[in-house]
Amino acid sequence: MKKSLIYSISFHTIVILLTVLSLPFMIREPIDLPPIVSMQLIQISNKTTIPFAPKARKVIEKVKEEEKRIVSEQAPPSAKAKEKPDRIPLPKKQEEKKKLVKKKQNPKEVKPEIRQASEFEKKDIVDTDQIAALIDKAKKDTAKVKKSDNKLTQSSKKNSFVKGLTLSQEDALRAQIFGCWTVPLGLPYDEDFLVRIKLELKQDGTISRSEILDHERMNRPGQKFYKVLAESALRAVRICQPLRVPLTGYDKWKTIQLNFNPMEMLKG
Amino acid sequence: MKKLFYIFILIFFKFNVASGLIEVDITRGNLDPLPIAVSPLHVDNESENYEDIKIKELGDLISSVIEKNFKSTGLFNPLNKDAFVQKPDIAHLKPRFEDWRLITAQALVTGKLLVKDGKLKVEFRLWDLAASQEMVALAFTTTPSNWRRVAHIISDKIYERLTGETGYFDTRIIYVSETGLKTERVKRLAIMDQDGENTKYLTLGNELVLTPRFNPTNQLVTYMSYFRNLPRVYLLDIETGIQEVVGNFPGMTFAPRFSPDGKKIIMSFAKEGNSDIYTMEIESRLVERITEDSSIDTSPSFSPDGKYICFNSDRSGLQQIYTMKSDGTGVKRISFGNGIYGTPVWSPRGDLIAFTKMRAGKFYIGVMRSDGSGERLLTENYYQEAPSWSPNGRLLVFYRETKSKKDGTGFTAKLWSIDITGYNERELKTETDASDPSWSSLLSK
Repeated sequence: MKKSLIYSISFHTIVILLTVLSLPFMIREPIDLPPIVSMQLIQISNKTTIPFAPKARKVIEKVKEEEKRIVSEQAPPSAKAKEKPDRIPLPKKQEEKKKLVKKKQNPKEVKPEIRQASEFEKKDIVDTDQIAALIDKAKKDTAKVKKSDNKLTQSSKKNSFVKGLTLSQEDALRAQIFGCWTVPLGLPYDEDFLVRIKLELKQDGTISRSEILDHERMNRPGQKFYKVLAESALRAVRICQPLRVPLTGYDKWKTIQLNFNPMEMLKG
Repeated sequence: MKKLFYIFILIFFKFNVASGLIEVDITRGNLDPLPIAVSPLHVDNESENYEDIKIKELGDLISSVIEKNFKSTGLFNPLNKDAFVQKPDIAHLKPRFEDWRLITAQALVTGKLLVKDGKLKVEFRLWDLAASQEMVALAFTTTPSNWRRVAHIISDKIYERLTGETGYFDTRIIYVSETGLKTERVKRLAIMDQDGENTKYLTLGNELVLTPRFNPTNQLVTYMSYFRNLPRVYLLDIETGIQEVVGNFPGMTFAPRFSPDGKKIIMSFAKEGNSDIYTMEIESRLVERITEDSSIDTSPSFSPDGKYICFNSDRSGLQQIYTMKSDGTGVKRISFGNGIYGTPVWSPRGDLIAFTKMRAGKFYIGVMRSDGSGERLLTENYYQEAPSWSPNGRLLVFYRETKSKKDGTGFTAKLWSIDITGYNERELKTETDASDPSWSSLLSK
């Protein structure tokens, strides 16, 4: 009886030992849950039948193709030589040349803005005004973009360029208002004044409605300078009308906001 | 739950709309003077004659004073009256804004006056022509002989409304009138309106007078004169003409100036080659010594809140500008540039200190912040000094001398003013040569 008990215990011990030593999951920690969750995600996608994976693939492929193109365009200098034939180009060749010019744009300067923009904004940039501008006068416009890049403030990068006005259009509008705005020189240098004016425009650039966004501040005690500045800004806008606005895309620029801040100028 | 969902959708939609707005930053404008039309004031037909004043011309006279004031600022461009398109009386009721805009005016001043029962009633309106609306409208009643002051007050109100700063037109300047050759100069105290009109002489010229300064109410003047061949600080009541020596000091007192509350006079007292700064209470005649140093401390000037004093001293070797608390503690040197600094004056705004600087044989008028940073030299000349602030801290008035020939002829001393931006430097017309100007505060506060 005793012998059989000893045999049984030893046999079971050996089996347990063998099991522990031969099967790794018995001594390692259990696998983390996230992979299981990802499996569940796949199940949900199957149920809802939304083709996540194929669409993502397409997007990735497009991006890769673009990147490949950019790399290949930058690399061979001989291609540039081909783009500058001495002969007078035929109409068909002109189109090709313009496409090539588009490829010649310096990706280092233009790309960061596109990368910062949202998908919706990207469509705007690629689809409408920029392509039209490239077809019309590629070299001039690209030069303008490069020059005016440095002058842009953060807000204008974020908004006007990507949402309705090209840089040259924005510069034209800004230059027009510069000429009309007589800056009150009595303002203190050490205070920050920002006057925001929202304008609703007609198609011909005249103002149908103007509103000082911080209107309440004008009537607060001790805000005399702000009031004077706001009035001068409003005066400038009214004197300037009709504003130099694009002929197309009225829906995009029918409402604009002008931010007047003379501090840089007054500080010298 | 549904409500929450709708609210979320609404907020999302609103955010989307807001972020879709085109924004354009305008960080520059033009610094051209503002084109302004000052229409002659309409004289009411019921007006009566008053003494020797030509009432019918009074409307033109007042508007021309206003125009002259505006032109002197460099900030406004009064338009030629020949281009005006509307009669003064009609324009005062309701301007035809489109017509005024045609002559490129951005603001319009209209008004009317009535002289009746020995009183002059003037009313004026300032119009924003771009916005087609009235900006300010006021009326004054005074004696007809005060018409020039009325014009200055109107100028101040318009200036304040268009720039945000208080004006400085209804003010006076006191100065030392100088006549004769340089070697035999006769110096008298004189007072005039800021535009050079209404000059009056306060002393006879028997004794040398220097550095006159107004008190805050413009009733009293403190200045330096000679008493028994010893320079002493005097106090003069402009209205009564009574003058008295300030304090019983056994030596020279000079460079006097009032405290911002007008209760004290701060000045230098020199004895045995050393000068220090003292204050004296006008009522109690209580004297307090502020600095105690073996160097020459002089030209003290209070900050507008009365808590600090700036002065010049040669305690570091060369004459430099220092600041300290009004009790004399916390002395701190604030000028470190090359050259000699003198006559520091604290701005009525409190942010700047004006000074005279001498470097390489040239004299400069400049400003620096009260901590000594941001030094800017506004004007350079052969000899110029003694800056004094306009009451709004916008302009400085100072005097400038020209070189004289060996026989003493060809020498001139004139008053000049300059904007703190360094622009709009112009000569102030005075009846005689002039030096040591001091600008009063606003007469009509």
